[in-house]
Amino acid sequence: MSTLEIRDLHVSVETESGPKEILRGVDLTVNSGQTHAIMGPNGSGKSTLAYSLAGHPKYTVTSGEVLLDGEDVLAMTVDERARAGLFLAMQYPVEVPGVSVSNFLRTAKTAVDGEAPKLRTWVKDVKQAMDQLAIADDFAERDLNTGFSGGEKKRHEILQLELLNPKFAVLDETDSGLDIDALRVVSDGVNRFAANGDKGVLLITHYTRILRYIKPDFVHVFVGGRVAEEGGSELAEKLEEKGYVDYVGTPA
Amino acid sequence: MTTDTAQQAQHGLTEHSHGAGAPDHGGSAFDTVASFDVADHVVPRGREEEWRFTPMARLRGLHDDAPLDGHDYEVSVDADPKVVVETVEATDPRRGSSGYVPNDRVSARAWAEADKVLAITIPADVVTTKPTIVRLRGLSAEKAAAGHVVITAERFSQSVVVLEHEGSAAFADNVEIVTHDGARLTLVSLQDWADDAVHLSHHHVSVGRDAVIKHVVVSFGGDLVRTSVTLDYAAPGGDAELLGLYFADSGQHLEKRLFVDHNQPNCRSNVLYKGALQGAKAHTVWIGNVLIRPAAEGISTYELNRNLVLTDGARADSVPNLEIETGEIEGAGHASATGRFDDEQLFYLMARGIPADEARRLVVHGFFTELINKIGVPEIAERLIATVERELALGEGLPAAATTH
Ligand SMILES: Nc1ncnc2c1ncn2[C@@H]1O[C@H](COP(=O)(O)OP(=O)(O)OP(=O)(O)O)[C@@H](O)[C@H]1O
Ligand SMILES: [Mg+2]
Repeated sequence: MSTLEIRDLHVSVETESGPKEILRGVDLTVNSGQTHAIMGPNGSGKSTLAYSLAGHPKYTVTSGEVLLDGEDVLAMTVDERARAGLFLAMQYPVEVPGVSVSNFLRTAKTAVDGEAPKLRTWVKDVKQAMDQLAIADDFAERDLNTGFSGGEKKRHEILQLELLNPKFAVLDETDSGLDIDALRVVSDGVNRFAANGDKGVLLITHYTRILRYIKPDFVHVFVGGRVAEEGGSELAEKLEEKGYVDYVGTPA
Repeated sequence: MTTDTAQQAQHGLTEHSHGAGAPDHGGSAFDTVASFDVADHVVPRGREEEWRFTPMARLRGLHDDAPLDGHDYEVSVDADPKVVVETVEATDPRRGSSGYVPNDRVSARAWAEADKVLAITIPADVVTTKPTIVRLRGLSAEKAAAGHVVITAERFSQSVVVLEHEGSAAFADNVEIVTHDGARLTLVSLQDWADDAVHLSHHHVSVGRDAVIKHVVVSFGGDLVRTSVTLDYAAPGGDAELLGLYFADSGQHLEKRLFVDHNQPNCRSNVLYKGALQGAKAHTVWIGNVLIRPAAEGISTYELNRNLVLTDGARADSVPNLEIETGEIEGAGHASATGRFDDEQLFYLMARGIPADEARRLVVHGFFTELINKIGVPEIAERLIATVERELALGEGLPAAATTH
């Protein structure tokens, strides 16, 4: 069993008028086998949490800790975190012109596993994963994320999730920008990943829509840079009805 | 010798009337002195528009009076069997057949002092099976030398010619590239000099009727390498693609100058130059001049320069310049972008477990791959990629350019 522990995490960003605190003491523990949903209004700091876990240089951790099976994640470089088993599906995946999807996938897989994948099985695995996510074959030779539609980018994030097979997946609004068919396809991918056993999922979302397909064990309402309320999936239903109005005063 | 030099000479004469070196319109930023007479070109001091980016003290007097009579170099040729490569006297009529008239003092001096001409001729209708490679290996930068090359792609020929430069040298040369009707030619000039080399090179391209020229300049090594490419059209229908790749390390000065003279209707030009820089005082200059004359109706042109600054302390100058003298064109545009490493790209790759050095390599590869694919010469693609690798390895351990958030 694996555990991802976030303890009293404070994070700030550099602004023109000095550092600005975004995360104001986040406590959250995800065990493998669990799916946690983080729901919160725009600007509440959800992406900040996701990026801070992955080690984005824009965010400065001012205090608190993040432990992966007891190891200090915050002391690791970005690539070390990924190799330790953390995966972030980004809200806005980055375009990398000139780097083909297939080259990128192979390079990442080699880095994460510490050895190059066996060619025959790898090609088959990639093909199967692409088919399951309804990604056309020719995407393998396209430049990474370059010119992909919003929905295509999201499906590619889940493709990477399935192929790299980390311990913990942080999914930052993977559902936004997806039509209903794509939402189902992407949710199936996340569920396949979670069914591999011993996997933890931190599902960040603004809407409850995706929770029809991915069942959370726990729901955390995120407001103003910290967890404002926690509960089971019934909390999501309450949010569905009332929105975030109880937490922020205005409908979000 | 199998080429018909009399016919060549005739071509030369007919093409002579549209020399790019002699703009016949007033008031343009592109006006330069064009003359074969060295005395007509005053010694540049560095304040002149064409020289303002160039570190004059490092020119080893090539622009002034340094003798150009050195011969400390070897030339080896690996030609397609159907291509004729000859060394001929300076009086050979192919010399000058592009219509070029030297437009600066270095070029005029090289013209006056080169005692031999390397003539590469692709006979009419010949389609070559392998690139013709001419390798110039400099043995010393002590004595300066002058060179002259004329490449003639006769009617409907199709071929690839690569001019490679390596070793140490102080070298000034003129390269004339003449494409006749319907010819297709890819010309690659590759400067992979040793650290102490100084190379000032003028290329003039004359594009024949419906001819397709791909002209490529690749610069890696050398202390100071300055290439000036001028191009004009001998008849309508020509298509020119001008590509460049350069990678400057600490202290290197790589300068790329272009002048595309749209002097004929219904022609096309497309310029793409990409450069990377790393290390203290690495300096690149790109000047892309395009002139669309009143006669050049129905043409289209686009030029783009992109520079990737990998570390602090490097400097890229990029100046596109488009002058349009007729409204009847299909399209004209230019763009220039100089940027640092994209931190978001690096982060994305690293977030998938890829270590920083490898992520950086992927991004730079990606940056150049598009261009290398466009060159379309598989025989040198691998080598270019390997050289980019080698350059990147040199830069490892240098502090990355400051992040910009
Ligand atoms: N460089 C910055 N300067 C100032 N404020 C910033 C900066 N970067 C982020 N912020 C602020 O931090 C807050 C949290 O942003 P974050 O992207 O984490 O929110 P989010 O919950 O993911 O929102 P969304 O639902 O829109 O994705 C926002 O108010 C944002 O404006
Ligand atoms: Mg967000």
